[in-house]
Amino acid sequence: MLPASVEETQRLLAGGGYVADRALATTVHLALRMGRPLFLEGEPGTGKTEIAKVLAAQLPRRLVRLQCYDGMDLASAAYEWDHARQLMAIRLAEAAGDARDRAGLEQGIYDRRYLQPRPLLQALEGEPAVLLIDELDRADEPFEAFLLEILADFQVTIPELGTVRAATPPVVVMTSNRTREVHDAIRRRCLYHWVDYPDAARERAILQVRAPGLPERLSAQVVAFVQRLRGGDTFKPPGVAETIDWAMALQALDSRELEPARVDETLGVLLKYQDDIAKIRGAEAARLVAEARQDAG
Amino acid sequence: MIPPRAALALPAQGPGGGPGGAMAGNLVAFGRILRRAGLPLGPAEILAGAEALRHVEIGERAEVKAALRAVMVHRHEQAELFDSAFDLFWRDPEAGRHAAAMALLEGFKEKAKPPPTSRRLAEAMRGDRRPPERPPEPQEERFDVTMTASERERLQAMDFEAMSAAEIAEAKREIRRLVLPLDARRTRRFRADPAGPATDLRATVRDSLRMGGEIARIARRRRIVRPPPLVVLCDISGSMTRYAQVLLHFLHAVTNDRDRVHAFLFGTRLTNVTRQLRARDAEVAFEMVSHMVPDWSGGTRIGDSLALFNRLWARRVLGQGAVVLLITDGLERDDPHGLSEAMDRLRRSCRRLVWLNPLLRYAGFQPRSGGIRAMLPHVHEFRPVHNLASLRELVASLSGPGRARA
Repeated sequence: MLPASVEETQRLLAGGGYVADRALATTVHLALRMGRPLFLEGEPGTGKTEIAKVLAAQLPRRLVRLQCYDGMDLASAAYEWDHARQLMAIRLAEAAGDARDRAGLEQGIYDRRYLQPRPLLQALEGEPAVLLIDELDRADEPFEAFLLEILADFQVTIPELGTVRAATPPVVVMTSNRTREVHDAIRRRCLYHWVDYPDAARERAILQVRAPGLPERLSAQVVAFVQRLRGGDTFKPPGVAETIDWAMALQALDSRELEPARVDETLGVLLKYQDDIAKIRGAEAARLVAEARQDAG
Repeated sequence: MIPPRAALALPAQGPGGGPGGAMAGNLVAFGRILRRAGLPLGPAEILAGAEALRHVEIGERAEVKAALRAVMVHRHEQAELFDSAFDLFWRDPEAGRHAAAMALLEGFKEKAKPPPTSRRLAEAMRGDRRPPERPPEPQEERFDVTMTASERERLQAMDFEAMSAAEIAEAKREIRRLVLPLDARRTRRFRADPAGPATDLRATVRDSLRMGGEIARIARRRRIVRPPPLVVLCDISGSMTRYAQVLLHFLHAVTNDRDRVHAFLFGTRLTNVTRQLRARDAEVAFEMVSHMVPDWSGGTRIGDSLALFNRLWARRVLGQGAVVLLITDGLERDDPHGLSEAMDRLRRSCRRLVWLNPLLRYAGFQPRSGGIRAMLPHVHEFRPVHNLASLRELVASLSGPGRARA
């Protein structure tokens, strides 16, 4: 069942623990209604992948995930023939003496039995699926070109077998961290949304869902601290995922309030580059804590 | 081109109540305005917009905006223009007729390219006669900042000599010869190769079927090797003025010859000129670049520029094992400490950092300037060029065996 309105989509995402703002909910809603792929771009740790997981859990549909990497080819993304078994079948046909009929042999060899489906083909066949193509920017351009057929018509053409078309088009979610610009041809087929860092109110709402039991006061201070950190000059500002991790870390250490010493000890949960940690640790952290306490009231 | 409204078969009023009549007309008008403001928009986007509007609450302004943005904007950079245009247009759909509103949107548009003052065309008309000798490097006489690093920011436009047809051909030839360090990178893709080291089972099985199941030949394949992405950071401050011509020709030729090249210019600011340089026509490209870059021949802030690059661009362009080519004389008056840090970060973010220094006139040079001393420990390879007067010398010094400094 697809949601009927934007509100319903927002509720659906919230039901899976995803706090989406209005614009994102609208884009997701359109992707579901119009049957178009969703292309999400944004900094790492802003919850792009999570959307696909939540959609799969809430719709409910099975999640087929394709993690992209440089040089990914058809064999690992869509399908592969089981060559060993094919060769075996040829030998058996020879032994049985019916290798004379070449057309028959060819049909026998390129049979469904010898085809090993990989994520893209899996998503088109069987039960309706949510297809997550994760970190598309890591794949190379030839792979993008191959994706065009799937994204436009939800089908894969296998030269030896024919075209496999999805009975129910999968919900396609693609994510990119922008380590490379994805080609315009892909973008044009998708609904585009830039997933930004959330504002303070939404980040508090996210913490409420993702780190339940966190003291209200600490939660407000954590969010204020992280928001200030993002405004500053760091090589890699912390994402929402880091905020959640940090809040849970502080909770595990029984913190009731942000304290400079505690912050220094746990900074590695929030910042992942030594230059950033060295820059923030100590005086800067103390200043941010003081400001965060003030912000949180 | 967006066809006139009548030519677009916009879906009529849907069951859910949708954009028929006036709404469709407004949508088309809005599309035209976006297009005039420089957003790449075609009929496909308009039709998608009409479809999207059927699925959202037309009365909800934020929803309509988000819906149209999802189908009409394909890049994060375009979002700001879209938002302004949306606010302007849907406050008053007649806005497109007002000159003032349009002027505002025109401001977003990249400068329309001027008619190419085609030197090549003139040449072609003249036939084989040799062009008159040009006065050499007029810039040099105009500014006396050559060879010094200035902290002042000087904003000025730069005039570039257009390339002649022969020069373009020459540049292309030279760039073909360019071999950068670590230029051959093995990918995970294969191509058929009878002498390749690996067997290609898929092709072998297919071949064998032609022989009635007999394997007569084992097909072989080999990994494809391709050059890694190249990122060029080029200094265009006053002390580098005399090389600007050669360097820009180099950047244009290399951007057009290879795929996956990103070009940045920096003096007191950092400008990404990749898109401009992609223009096939060198004259058009240079014209666009000189419009883009406000800090020709001004001061140098290498440290700040590199820090900015690290923060805004490093993660976007240094993926997949990029080689960074840093072209600068290293004359920096600012705090060399910040420069050292920025260089260190840059080196860690890429696979190979090559520094090309065109300032050095003699081989036995000693690094004296603070900037050079701060940068030198952080580069993988250091290549001084003793005389950078032509592309040929630039390519030769980049392709030669490097001196490692690590």
